[in-house]
Amino acid sequence: MSPNRREERQSAQTQSAQTQSAQAESDRALLRKALLGAAGFPSIVLFFSMTGFGSLARESGLTLGIALGATAGIWGLPGQLAMVELQLAGGDLVAVVMAVSLANARFLPMALVILPLLRLGLARKAWLFAMVQMMSLNPWAATLRESGRLNGRQRRLYFTSFATVCMSAALAGTAFGYFATGALPRPITLGLIFLNPLFFALLFATLEGRPTVLALILGAVCGPLLYLLSPDWGLLACGLLAGTAAFLLTRRRRGT
Amino acid sequence: MTETAPWGLLVLSILATYVWRALGVVLSARIQPDSAVFQWIACVSYAMVAGLIARMTILPIGALAETPTVDRLGAMALAFAVFFVLRRRILPAAVLGVAVFSLLVYLRALGILSV
Repeated sequence: MSPNRREERQSAQTQSAQTQSAQAESDRALLRKALLGAAGFPSIVLFFSMTGFGSLARESGLTLGIALGATAGIWGLPGQLAMVELQLAGGDLVAVVMAVSLANARFLPMALVILPLLRLGLARKAWLFAMVQMMSLNPWAATLRESGRLNGRQRRLYFTSFATVCMSAALAGTAFGYFATGALPRPITLGLIFLNPLFFALLFATLEGRPTVLALILGAVCGPLLYLLSPDWGLLACGLLAGTAAFLLTRRRRGT
Repeated sequence: MTETAPWGLLVLSILATYVWRALGVVLSARIQPDSAVFQWIACVSYAMVAGLIARMTILPIGALAETPTVDRLGAMALAFAVFFVLRRRILPAAVLGVAVFSLLVYLRALGILSV
């Protein structure tokens, strides 16, 4: 081997070692960002909204195991509430399960938006079936916000670590609510439950882009109206109607 | 209901929710992130999420249902005003909104404030 080539190879080796350590460094920074980001407002909001769920489960005579199982397994508050409340009302099993499912129908379009971003460069696509179970509003919105700056592997790291913190906070909140029902004064409890819709409303108000903003506004108007027409199908219809309208209206304007 | 019934309901509820997620994995294989279909689905997602948040505020289920709608909407409107005045900062807006809402609940419980 000529000395020249040896030098070349050596420099290539140091370079690859450098990129590797730089990658590990940026991974740590990214992990830190995800953990800290999730540990702030998202965890506080989740903890307290799940406190409400935990105490409702207790009042409804369910065990702690069922309450925690619902938080980790259904992992979407509207569906969890539907399960407890309709079960309590003595609804028919098929009707209750369908109502639970429809209350969380947003997971389909949400998955369709986030998965093309998460699957980039993933060798074993089967992992997506596990990752999609961790998806909820908080890690979804946070990952969408950061995705432009990240490659596929980094997005998966960010998403899974963010979601893990969120789910831990939610489980802790469920257990706290289950045991500490009535521990806080009523105005504080209600205020903290109110934080849930308020926080998400503000979070989505930070988004930009004509189609997004129009979809949010039309959706907010349609949601309650269509819910009055049908508590089960209203939200699904709202998404399809308001979303399609926002898409078509902004598209036509762009074309002309 | 028997002892096992809640567990059966839970398992069925989890599966019925997971169907949406799994369907997302299957269908997303054919969707390109820069396509028009992707943009349409993103619009549908945002509309559904916004519809849900509006429904939770205006027609809440559970403990919030016992509070007057005007309190919830008033506290949210105030939080949004602060949010836009402070150039879209979530923290102060959310803290103020919750504080005002809790205060309203407290005043009504004392009977100081009536509809």
